[in-house]
Amino acid sequence: MKRLQTVQDLERLRRELASRAAPDAVIRVCSTGCRALGALDVCEALDGEIARRGLADRVRVVRVGCHGLCAGAVTMVIDPKGIFYQGVTAADVPEIIERTILGGKVVRRLCWTDGRKVVSRQDQVPFYKHQMRRVLRNCGVVDPKSLEDAVAHGAYAAAAQVLSTWTPEQVIDEVTRSGLRGRGGAGFPTGKKWQLARQAQGQPKYIICNADEGDPGAFMDRAVLEGDPHLVLEGMILGAYAIGAPRGFIYIRSEYPLAIECVEEALAQARQAGLLGPGILGTGFDFEMEVVRGAGAYVCGEETSLIESTAGRRATPRQRPPFPVTHGLFGRPTVVNNVETCANVPRIFELGAEKYADVGTEDSKGTKIFSLAGAVRHSGLVEVPLGRTLREIVFDIGGGIPEGRAFKAAQMGGPCGGCVPAAYLDLPISYSTPQDTGAIMGCGGVLVLDDTACMVDVARDIAAFAQEESCGKCIPCRVGTKRMCEILTRLTEGQAAPDDVERLESLAELLADVTSCGLAPNAVRTALRYFRGEFEAHVGGRQCPAGVCRALAAAPAP
Amino acid sequence: MPEKTVGQPRPSIPEPPAADVASHLDALAVSPALNLIGVLQGVQDRFGYLPASALRGISRRMRIPLSRIYGVVSFYAQFYTEPHGRHTVRCCRGTACHVKGAGRVLDAVERELGVGEGETTPDLAFYLETVACLGTCFLAPAMMIDNLYFGRLTPQRVQSILRSYRQREP
Repeated sequence: MKRLQTVQDLERLRRELASRAAPDAVIRVCSTGCRALGALDVCEALDGEIARRGLADRVRVVRVGCHGLCAGAVTMVIDPKGIFYQGVTAADVPEIIERTILGGKVVRRLCWTDGRKVVSRQDQVPFYKHQMRRVLRNCGVVDPKSLEDAVAHGAYAAAAQVLSTWTPEQVIDEVTRSGLRGRGGAGFPTGKKWQLARQAQGQPKYIICNADEGDPGAFMDRAVLEGDPHLVLEGMILGAYAIGAPRGFIYIRSEYPLAIECVEEALAQARQAGLLGPGILGTGFDFEMEVVRGAGAYVCGEETSLIESTAGRRATPRQRPPFPVTHGLFGRPTVVNNVETCANVPRIFELGAEKYADVGTEDSKGTKIFSLAGAVRHSGLVEVPLGRTLREIVFDIGGGIPEGRAFKAAQMGGPCGGCVPAAYLDLPISYSTPQDTGAIMGCGGVLVLDDTACMVDVARDIAAFAQEESCGKCIPCRVGTKRMCEILTRLTEGQAAPDDVERLESLAELLADVTSCGLAPNAVRTALRYFRGEFEAHVGGRQCPAGVCRALAAAPAP
Repeated sequence: MPEKTVGQPRPSIPEPPAADVASHLDALAVSPALNLIGVLQGVQDRFGYLPASALRGISRRMRIPLSRIYGVVSFYAQFYTEPHGRHTVRCCRGTACHVKGAGRVLDAVERELGVGEGETTPDLAFYLETVACLGTCFLAPAMMIDNLYFGRLTPQRVQSILRSYRQREP
């Protein structure tokens, strides 16, 4: 693509792209998450079938990012009608071309169904109908490897307008008024963070996008990076402009090779088009950005550790204050924003702060992406306004628990989040959800557990994770998680001492208060709070009521 | 984590020739201006692990004490100081995979490869490790071989996937 010299060049390109003749049909195949289940074979089969029938001019196949309904992999959407197919294999391709593309009919067996009715249109599928897909709007729509496709769908319009007509102070003000808060879990007001960094002394300033999505059960950031990377880049450009940063970094965990590939490609294309580098779109704002590949450490999700790691050191958290907004990367003022936070920023300017803040609750504005996994019918990515209940997310959208089992708990927000029992299904989920309920939104991971799960076993798994990933800097975590793990292992193996449950409880309470990074395995604490009887059964009666712990007897059938 | 009993003695292969190490460090233009973690990744991408001679070369060229470099290497899960298999098998032990039978999958991988977690097969074809979460919870239980994800695994599927890799081995 040729270099865009001015804001007008970008709009001219967008008009030109819009005026190009649209093909009769566009088949969008999820080629990221669905890849593990054969998405690329489906794409190849489509290309082959289309070529064989001489339809190349009329039908376009786009390898897109995540459609959200990961349980249905391989998924595809056929536009302009918006037909949604799931469970597609390469063998289905000739029939899809024959019946749907040429015949205008749907292939019913590939449509979504609840066992009674069959739904062919994506926007009518209950999983999508109850969502509000703002950040994910173009995820699964645009070709993540094509800047042109992103521009055709509105990318960089907000950045172009802001960079050419707004002052940095106005940008910060707008973000503050939108009420956007950090989507990584901590919920710090983004506008406030930017303002503190802008006011801080010291040059140069930096912006870092935290894409070290390490919480087990969370995969929304990966989907956004793989499906719509330019949205994240645009958010970072806006943030950099607001705080006055000439350089930015996207720290991506190395377990996400495809996300790294998509972002690297997006950066190269943006640079070539003049959307990064010196004088972006001829506005006199210089900004350069690069990918930093993680090396495998959960603690990097915490911002001071992330900064240490970005600088090439051991990722141990720093004492705060001073905060990164004044003393961050290389001791300079630094803003660290999560992927989803960055991806929200362009939407604020597209919608305007008021409209953006129309949805949500009093102190939690906008939408949040939740990643649904575990014992739930429709696992995948769900974006809803803040303040929806767990019941809406798990049952109305997620389709409830499969195989006739009952909901037991949701493990929310990763190991540092909590385990929420059924009693709290109707609690609205937002930043202000009382922390002690365990319904901690955190990063938005929702792992559903049914009644076949043993909470002691789940707690042991979480403690083992915390112990393995402890960075070792502070003693409560380094030693405490080890002791926690030992107690939980004793419980699951029927070797528990009579006071082990009390001991576990006091340890969990202690860790919640004192760890240096704040990443205590709170999920263990809440599991213990709500399922104490189950823990005690492992001690006194030497029983595992769920029948999971092999060394123990299962509870007698009621 | 329970101790693994299926271990094999670690296969020994010679360190890469000094000239190879030096020319790769030249190619990476290793200097104090670079990021240590990026340099280590660049070396590991080339040799599959971090040879001791390369770490000494990095220390000299970046003017960072070897002890500090070792501190960084040992901190991160994905730096290896010993040779590894040509393929890295990563079994996910995240919570979603755990409740969907990650234990059985890991058992099947260990059985098929004949090595335990953190070990390399004697023919240097596979290295097996577990990771905290692959971020593909909807594929649970999941594993990754090199850069490819495999999901909804059963012991039978694990067997056929690993055998197909074996067949493609020289």
